[in-house]
Parts: sequence; C-alpha cells; structure tokens
Amino acid sequence: MELVCPAGNLPSLKAAVDNGADAVYIGLRDDTNARHFPGLNFNEKRATDGIAYARRKGVRVFLAINTYPRPDGWERWQAAVDTAASLGVDALICADIGVLDYASNRWPDLNLHLSVQASSTNYEALRFYQENFGIKRAVLPRVLSLSQVKNVVENSPVGIEIFGFGSLCVMVEGRCILSSYVTGESPNTCGACSPAKFVTYKETPQGMESRLGDVLTDRYGKNEQAGYPTICKGRFEVGENTFYAIEEPTSLNTLELLPELQAAGIEAIKIEGRQRSPAYVAQVTRVWRQAINACKQNPDRFSARAEWNRELGKVSEGATTTLGPYYRPWQ
Amino acid sequence: MSSNPRLSLGPNLFYWSRDDIFDFYAEVAEMPVDIVYLGETVCSKRRSLRTEDWFDLADRLSSAGKEVVLSTLSLLEAESEMLTLRHLCENGRFLVEANDMGAVQLLIKQGVPFVTGPTVNVYNPATLQVLANKGLKRWVMPIELSKETLAEMQAERPEGMETEIFAFGRMPLTLSARCFTARSHNLPKDDCQYKCLDYPDGRLLSTQEKKPFLALNGIQTVSSLTCNLLPETAEMKRLGVDVLRISPQSQHTGRIVEAFHQALQDETPPPLDRYVPLGTCNGYWHGDAGMERLKG
Repeated sequence: MELVCPAGNLPSLKAAVDNGADAVYIGLRDDTNARHFPGLNFNEKRATDGIAYARRKGVRVFLAINTYPRPDGWERWQAAVDTAASLGVDALICADIGVLDYASNRWPDLNLHLSVQASSTNYEALRFYQENFGIKRAVLPRVLSLSQVKNVVENSPVGIEIFGFGSLCVMVEGRCILSSYVTGESPNTCGACSPAKFVTYKETPQGMESRLGDVLTDRYGKNEQAGYPTICKGRFEVGENTFYAIEEPTSLNTLELLPELQAAGIEAIKIEGRQRSPAYVAQVTRVWRQAINACKQNPDRFSARAEWNRELGKVSEGATTTLGPYYRPWQ
Repeated sequence: MSSNPRLSLGPNLFYWSRDDIFDFYAEVAEMPVDIVYLGETVCSKRRSLRTEDWFDLADRLSSAGKEVVLSTLSLLEAESEMLTLRHLCENGRFLVEANDMGAVQLLIKQGVPFVTGPTVNVYNPATLQVLANKGLKRWVMPIELSKETLAEMQAERPEGMETEIFAFGRMPLTLSARCFTARSHNLPKDDCQYKCLDYPDGRLLSTQEKKPFLALNGIQTVSSLTCNLLPETAEMKRLGVDVLRISPQSQHTGRIVEAFHQALQDETPPPLDRYVPLGTCNGYWHGDAGMERLKG
C-alpha cells in the first residue's frame, strides 16, 4: 500500500518526503486544481525543485488538474496539462473528461489517475475512464462502506486509492454544488469549497457568528471554538432541532481499518490536506508511515496505537475523528 | 440558432406513495409536456414502484404520445444498484438518462443513444464531443452553469446534439452516503422508516436566523428555493435550447407546465411564485450564486 501525502508548498513537500511518503501530490497556482487557495500551490520553478527533491529520495510526485474547465478557461487547463508533462510528474490526477481526453491524446506516455473529483463510485464508471483514457488508478469518493469499497476493488480494471485521513467531505466529491449555491464558486468551477473571501465572523449578543456569503452557518457559545463555515459542517434548524444536520466538524481517520484495507488490495492510501501546514503534513505522514509499516509486517496483530491516534487527533478538524462512510452506521 | 424548445418533465426527485405516483403520472399524460423522464434517481431504498412498474408507466405514457426516458440512480454504491442499472440500460426500448458515468459506460456498451442528466459533469465542448462520439444525443446542462457558458457550449456543440436546461424546480445540489432525512429523525439509514414519504418536496433546513436554506431529500440535498427560468424562455430560445425541464413538485406541477407551454407559444403566462413551496431563484443562470434572484 502506497502512502500518498499532500503538499501545498515546497516545505510541505519536503516534510512529506522526509517523513516517509511514497508519493506526494501537488497542484499549480491556479484554478486548475481543487485546492485553489490564496498563497498555496506551486509555480513551475517550485514544482521543478520539489520534483527533484522527491526524486533524490525515491518518492513520486503527482500533480492534480482536477477541476472542470468551462469553455472560456479551456486553454488554461490545456496549458496546465502541458506544464505537468514537461515537468515530468509521475502521474496527473484528473477529473474532467475533456481534460483526460486531451492529456491521453497529447501525452500518451503520461500516467493518468482519476481524481476523487470525477465522482466515480462504481467499477462501470472506472471502466469508462480506463477504456477511453487508459487511467492507471482511481481515487474513490468518500461515500462507500468498506464492503462496497472491496467490491469496487474486486471488479475495477485499475488500482484503487482511498482517503485514509483528513477533512471529511460528506458529499460525493465532484457533484456537490452547495458552495456555488451560496457563493457562485464551487470546487468544480473555481477549485475551492466555501472560498475564504466569502467567509465572515462577527461577535454578536447571541455569540460569535460565522457566515458564508449571507448565510449564517453557525453560532458559537462562549467556550466553543468557531469552525470554518463550510456549509456541510454548520448547525441548522430542521423541525424542532438545531444541530449539525449534515456532519459535525470532524476528520476522517481509518488507521484501525488498515489490515482490512491491505487485505482488500487497496493500492494506495491518500492523506487529505494540501491546504494544511508543513507541520501537519510531517506529523500525519510520520504516523501513517509507521502504521503502514506495522501493518505490512504483521497484519494479524496490528492495532492502531493510542499514541498514533493521539497525534492524529491533535491535527484533526474539531479534534475528533470518525471512520466516516466506511463504517455503515455513520451513514 | 433560435429554436422551438420542447418541454420535459424531469424525474421526480422526491419519495411519494405508490398511489400518489400513479395519480401524478395519470395527470402528466394529459399535460402539454413532450418528454417524460421516469424512475428513481436518488435512493434505491425507495420502492413505491418496482422497476417493472416503471416500465408499465413508461408504456402508458408512451401510448399517450409522450417521449419516455428512463432515468437512472445518481449515486451508485451497492451491487444491487448496479443490477437495476443494468436492467434499465439494457431495456432495449426506451431511451435512458444516465445520471452517473457507470450508466454512461453501460449504455455505450449497448451501443444505444443516450441522455446525460444534470449530475454527469459536462462542463466544456471537449467533454461533449467525447460523449457525442459514444452515442450521447442530449445533455442536460449541469445545474451550476450559466447562460454565458451555455452560449459558448452551443456555439461548439456537435452536430445533432440536443441541449436541455433545468428550467424549473428545487435544484439537486448534492448527494451523500448519509441519509440526512433519517438523521434528522435520529434514525440510521438502514432503519430510515421511509421518513422521506412525509416530505413530498423535501424536509426544510433553515439557518439559526430561521431563514429557509435547503431541503433534505434523503441522501440528496436540494435548494429550498425553486429555480424559475420561466421569464427566460425567450432567451433560451435565442440560445437554441432544445428542451426545457420542469422538475416535478407535489403540488401545482400541471399549472407550471401550462405556464411554460404558454410562454413557448409566445403568450403571457401567469407568474409562478404562488405555486412554489418557498420562493424562487435564478442566480446560476445569470452566473451568480445559485440562491440569488436577479432580474433578467
């Protein structure tokens, strides 16, 4: 099982490489990738340096071009694909059919991975992308139970990568437009969910309020820490109740599933968090490297060590973790 | 490229009882819609109708002169869902609307023409061309795309490709593994007690300021506001749109269809605001936030 770690900048890439990542994934500094945040990501020079650094240590670098170009932006996505090819990345992570078509025709030797943003949850969808664009791997959306993941792996024409840790998208990635419903910008079109420029916090007599655009996403009591106003992590009223109607602020953590994931033939585990700090990347990579190594050595006696979960808990959203959809009762 | 669009009735997104569904489609047979999309697109646990019942309905509406399209599930998770999907894609008689790339793949293998629904991500002409080469004959523009994008897509669309616009209804915004309706009743999905039946237009979710925001529809979340592009029919004609989609709601669907029919005949339809659950919006069409309501 390959450990695939996030890097939003060169220090994070080095942190991932130095702490045991098998591969690092990055994005360019524009809306061609789904972490298009101010100050984040790589220009060509930085990407070149990062790839060289990773290569020296035998670590692969993937580049995400995983948003959906609209007609007026098409050239930018084409240019991004060409840039990735000239950088010599080990794989391109794409979602859009047009982009995959362009990449597979223009750069037939370039490895293509299907991004989670392609929203493919079943093996028939994966066959489409494999037969038409020769993808080598697919990242599954966070909507399947463990037994459903196993079924996909058994029938998939390509290797499967799944999310192991990080912020939890509750909705099927690539087909959620809650963000653009409120702000006009979505991960698909602009490369960011709930973009920071639409976020406001305000102290009021009712408590601290967080908003995305004009929409009140939550109110916080005196001793509560205000969270980021992603719509799906807000507190809303349904019927008589005010609660986290969609999901609590929590992180996905599948450490304890490692032996099962390994037995299922999962090819790679992905860590979420290109927007996070180099310290986060270092910490999470270190723990997961140790865990994967332990699991490889002796899967039958593997158990997630308390100190690992403690370390991961420190960097989790809301400081809690969940097995998410892999665990059926969560659904 | 001005067109004379046809009207379609999209798949019903909500969970209604068997009787309500049959009553509804008996009325639909008399409505001035040209195309009717049938089937369960949200949750495979909804079994008011079995697949065979949908085929019977398809026959009936077909006999009533409607073009019938069978719509498939949007989020495919279980192997049982893949079996139903195969059954629909291999039906051999009716056109199928693929709402997931798995369905697209099966329809390509069948070698039949197909339609893509709003949850198949067609955002640019290159994608449209790839799918056209595989048998796509009509695409429903994804909900969040604007009239500007539509104009650019239309300028480059492949020969013979038909374009359908989601013109009216609560907009499907997202899908999840989790059932939010069950969650709102503190029930697990596996024991949901079919609570969706109690909310024939979705269960309202409001902000803590009591502002209506979304509606929970099982594993799907829809807008609480209703997308209303009735005032844009002339613009849609000008842009060469082939089909205008009206998404069913539990009340007044007939009046809404009638209003669009009038607008397409260049008559002046009545405003539809009183026939929607909670107000209308049109932001996406204008390239803005979906929930906005802007003047044309």
